Amino acid sequence: MSTYALTDSWTMTRRELAHWARQPVQVLVGLVFPVMLLLMFGYLVGGGRGVTGDYLDYLVPGMLALTMAFGLEGTMLAVTQDLNKGVIDRFRAMPMTNGAVLVGRSAADMLQSALGLAVLIAVAAALGRRTHGGPAALLGALGLLLLFRFAMLWIGIHLAMVAGRPELVTTVQILVWPVGFLSNAFATPASMPGWLGTAVEWNPMSHTATAVRDLFDGGAVDAAHVWSAIGWPLALLAVFFPLAVRRFAMLSK
Amino acid sequence: MADSAITVEGARKAYGGKRAKGGNRGNGGKAALDGLDLAVARGTVHGVLGPNGAGKTTLVRVLSTLLRPDAGRVEVAGHDVVTRAREVRSRIGLLGQHAALDEKLGGRQNLEMFARLHHLGARHARVRAGELLARFGLADTGRKAVKQYSGGMRRRLDLAASLITEPEVLFLDEPTTGLDPRGRAEVWDSVRSLVGGGTTVLLTTQYLEEADQLADRISVVDHGRVVADGTPDDLKTLTGGDRIDVVLRDAGQLGAAVALLPVPKDDISVDADRRRLSSPVADRMTALSGVVRALADAGVEAEDIALRRPTLDEVFLHLTVDDRAGDHPEKEAARA
Repeated sequence: MSTYALTDSWTMTRRELAHWARQPVQVLVGLVFPVMLLLMFGYLVGGGRGVTGDYLDYLVPGMLALTMAFGLEGTMLAVTQDLNKGVIDRFRAMPMTNGAVLVGRSAADMLQSALGLAVLIAVAAALGRRTHGGPAALLGALGLLLLFRFAMLWIGIHLAMVAGRPELVTTVQILVWPVGFLSNAFATPASMPGWLGTAVEWNPMSHTATAVRDLFDGGAVDAAHVWSAIGWPLALLAVFFPLAVRRFAMLSK
Repeated sequence: MADSAITVEGARKAYGGKRAKGGNRGNGGKAALDGLDLAVARGTVHGVLGPNGAGKTTLVRVLSTLLRPDAGRVEVAGHDVVTRAREVRSRIGLLGQHAALDEKLGGRQNLEMFARLHHLGARHARVRAGELLARFGLADTGRKAVKQYSGGMRRRLDLAASLITEPEVLFLDEPTTGLDPRGRAEVWDSVRSLVGGGTTVLLTTQYLEEADQLADRISVVDHGRVVADGTPDDLKTLTGGDRIDVVLRDAGQLGAAVALLPVPKDDISVDADRRRLSSPVADRMTALSGVVRALADAGVEAEDIALRRPTLDEVFLHLTVDDRAGDHPEKEAARA
């Protein structure tokens, strides 16, 4: 560990923030897109199969979790682009902290995701949907969502380094959609054919969405829901974090 | 070897296939470096010359700590590239084949970022970035993103980024590939001014002219090994010393002229389009007078007769003549 680990990581985070400043439209579109999905499913195509009660109340936590899942694409794309540019060679041939490149990536992506959550929650509030669990439950829900995003982030970094090329990223991007939709974000597993419902219940994203619903609706919080929303992302991190770090170190092989 | 800026002994690097544990010889993979030895004295420009796929880029990537060698001893600026990578990194600059810049950011942003990563501190980083922009004629680029730069500008910024800490050793991997003649001249001038400042430069190139112009010594690399090493003059001597070129007035007499020349026929090369034949000679003046007399006696009319040293092109071809149909593992792996 170098004494410069923090400053290097901050420099790399600033680099990503400078990219935002250079591409404000892209950042804006990234933030608006989940809002579009929310409105589309809430008012246009949505029906909420199997949902009792207000559909938007059901949909908002699902959309928050889905937004975190889709963050994987952005991470993957950014990492692949970096790896395919010579700039990564310059970073690696400098006396900087090795991991700072990945730390900077994580920090910027987490920040963007936090912004994305804020925007979605603000839009939901504008549509008259308040959370009923109090500030502690709201913070807890945000924590679970960001934890899930953090797991997605390291899956994204790992997949980017496995795929290597931007062309292959497109393939993964397409696959993210069905995996994201194969969750309880839009409909209850009970409303689906048996095998599909089972798959949906296994999707880690469903666990996060369920726990967030518990925390938002102000009723009793099922501890089992919260634990699986913590457990799944941690399990994914336990697998993909070391894999990604190992891949990064393998660049010199 | 205190006077040595770069020391390479028996370096091996193979791509693909299985590598033996413990960093031994590559096994099954394509050997990009196959027992390469190299010594570069401090403050000199060393040219590494070789055809595509010879191992030049792999060598630069090993020297600049981007790749670990499978075997061998590699030291740069007095430190081992594997065990003391960080020490090496703080003493080197690298200009790779592809611009190593953040293309979404501007020139100043790039230089300040790299300067911070060299731990110069915010203020010092700003000052250094300004100095380098001015020195490389990029002071007026403003906020323009690097992706909008011309090839020459990009190369200059890349070079500036390699020089943030005035490195002891600078690696230039085919620095002028893809540049127009003006861009090439700019890079050459920069390299010459650097050497004045005491930096050791290792330069890979496919251009013989470039090596001849810039390098104090040249290593010719082929199949991951150094096949010849020396000053440009040493290398020219290596292919057999002086040559005589004869240009005839009539291409039809080339055959007759070949028969007349007092040297082994196998050594004579004939260029029919230019009505020219070329041959190595042992003794300059004897050869010249012998050739002039023989042609005159036979009534073969010559347009031009000249004695000269061999060009580096001839040295290069002589040393690397081979079937080159094989693939180039280093290029592919370098991009992967």
